[in-house]
Amino acid sequence: MKRWLEPLSTAWVGVVTHKLRSFLTVLGIVIGVAAVISLMSIGKGAQADILSRIETLGSDLVTISPGAPTFGGVRGASGGVRTLTQEDAEAIAQQVAYVDMVAPVYSTSLQVVVGGENMNAQVTGVPPEYQEIQNLETASGAFFSDYEYQRGAKVVVLGSEVKETLFGDADPVGQQIRMGNNIVRVIGVLESKGGGFGSSDSVVLIPLTAMQQIVAQPRTSQGERVVSTIALTISDEEHAETAVEEITSLLRTRHRLAPTAEDDFRITSMQELAETVTEATGTMTLLLGAIAAISLLVGGIGVMNIMLVSVLERTREIGIRKALGARERDIWVQFLIEAAFLSLAGGIIGVIAGWIVSYFVSRTGVITPLVTADIVLLAVSVSVGIGLFFGFYPAWNASRLNPIEALRSE
Amino acid sequence: MIQLRQITKVYPMGKRELRVLSGVNLDIEKGELLAIMGPSGSGKSTMLNLLGCLDKPTSGSYRLEGREVSRLNSGELADIRSRKIGFVFQTFNLLPRLSALANVELGLRYAGGIDRARAMEALAKVGLSERASHRPTELSGGEMQRVAIARALVKNPPLILADEPTGNLDSRSGAEIISILTSLHAEQDITLVMITHDANIAHHCQRIVHLKDGQVEREEKV
Repeated sequence: MKRWLEPLSTAWVGVVTHKLRSFLTVLGIVIGVAAVISLMSIGKGAQADILSRIETLGSDLVTISPGAPTFGGVRGASGGVRTLTQEDAEAIAQQVAYVDMVAPVYSTSLQVVVGGENMNAQVTGVPPEYQEIQNLETASGAFFSDYEYQRGAKVVVLGSEVKETLFGDADPVGQQIRMGNNIVRVIGVLESKGGGFGSSDSVVLIPLTAMQQIVAQPRTSQGERVVSTIALTISDEEHAETAVEEITSLLRTRHRLAPTAEDDFRITSMQELAETVTEATGTMTLLLGAIAAISLLVGGIGVMNIMLVSVLERTREIGIRKALGARERDIWVQFLIEAAFLSLAGGIIGVIAGWIVSYFVSRTGVITPLVTADIVLLAVSVSVGIGLFFGFYPAWNASRLNPIEALRSE
Repeated sequence: MIQLRQITKVYPMGKRELRVLSGVNLDIEKGELLAIMGPSGSGKSTMLNLLGCLDKPTSGSYRLEGREVSRLNSGELADIRSRKIGFVFQTFNLLPRLSALANVELGLRYAGGIDRARAMEALAKVGLSERASHRPTELSGGEMQRVAIARALVKNPPLILADEPTGNLDSRSGAEIISILTSLHAEQDITLVMITHDANIAHHCQRIVHLKDGQVEREEKV
């Protein structure tokens, strides 16, 4: 038998001899590691989930929405103002570099009726580029074309939820629906994107030109046509920041804002949002991990406690080993290996338990936890580290025992 | 083999000092079979601990195989114990969780490495081959002491120290142990030092050293 094998088998014999005690000691580590694994994987899963939702909206997407103008320091309600115009959108398209496509969006709530069903839908007037800007796919039919846009055709594309409400399982393409006082024809249905930020599932899309015939689009005092938001894509993500800066200064000029005035609009880029979300959920994951790590620490103290008891119980054994010629280091290593063995066992069982917890959490469908290699590696190495750290003092105690006194002890 | 010169051992007892050995001089020849006798408190056990390098003298010189060992550090003393000294205790001091064989193997653990064949051989010498897999609790007192002797013997140390090896045994097993020790001594080139209370046992040895009040009172050749 090799020199390093004997302490391992001694550790094993020690664990097996005190099954219940070892189990309880290991349990502390198991709970700690399982908590770290499951909480951190839930955090990572939440992060990945949110990011993938952002991804479906298009990572190069930038949205400009009207901000609250301030009147003498009093901020008005956001969105309740009409500051963005179709002319703003046209100016951005013509003057700002790195901007790919620009879509002015005007939306309003309208009663939509078909047969016996009716609902209040968010009717949104957009140019055809909007489809590409928002990564929209049609589940059936098609999006409206440039031609239909040019001549202001009264055709609509329904969000999946709207289609569900108005038509159920039937195919609405080709059907006519009443919208306010107008009859419009359904030419397409959007694929569902799931809920979340500005979901397209609950909208009715119509060419902006047709929209202008159905409802009176308000105008600013300069006579420009007011829009709800402006959506655009950046041609080169590297230059997203430059583009946003240029848009800001262009809009400030167009809106004749004094240098000291705050922006009367807000620019949200998905990239920026993704970064913010990543940072926020990363912090949350770390916090969850830290809370779980506290239980790991408690588990480590349990290991130390049991190792101290073990050293006390085996004082005579230590004396015998010393009489047989064991050096301090031999005794020290032996007890350290035992502590590391206990906590490693706890770590491995904890990883499995954490995995099982994550699996059941994913079965609920609310969140899909991500157990990644780095979490597992972190949890196992931290548990062994804790074993070594908390095993150090008892092992050192054992190694320093006087052999004569140790032999005399009961 | 062994030269002790003016060995003293003093234990601090609070403010006072307990002088256990005061100026012991003793030579032990290689291959000698020596008994140490004396009333309790005479310093026998302390003397054996010093001879076994489990402890260091307060003053004086201890040469083991020509090497001065009285001022070595604990690691160096452990090294000497692992290679040169085998202990046999009154209370056997076997590890209860290990089999007889594993206990004997432990004798090699710190002396170069565990070797099953050598451990079996040592068990055979004390006539316990058949009991190799038994735990100490499944053995009689005499058998336990034989395992302990095998453990002391397995690394072929030049010096074996026995602290009242028959003290916890009935007279029959005691006689058995003594005959094993003496025959091992006769067969192998071992120096054997034994503490005993029993004059009959002491008379199996070649020389008896009587200790009293921490000093050699007299020596007697058998």
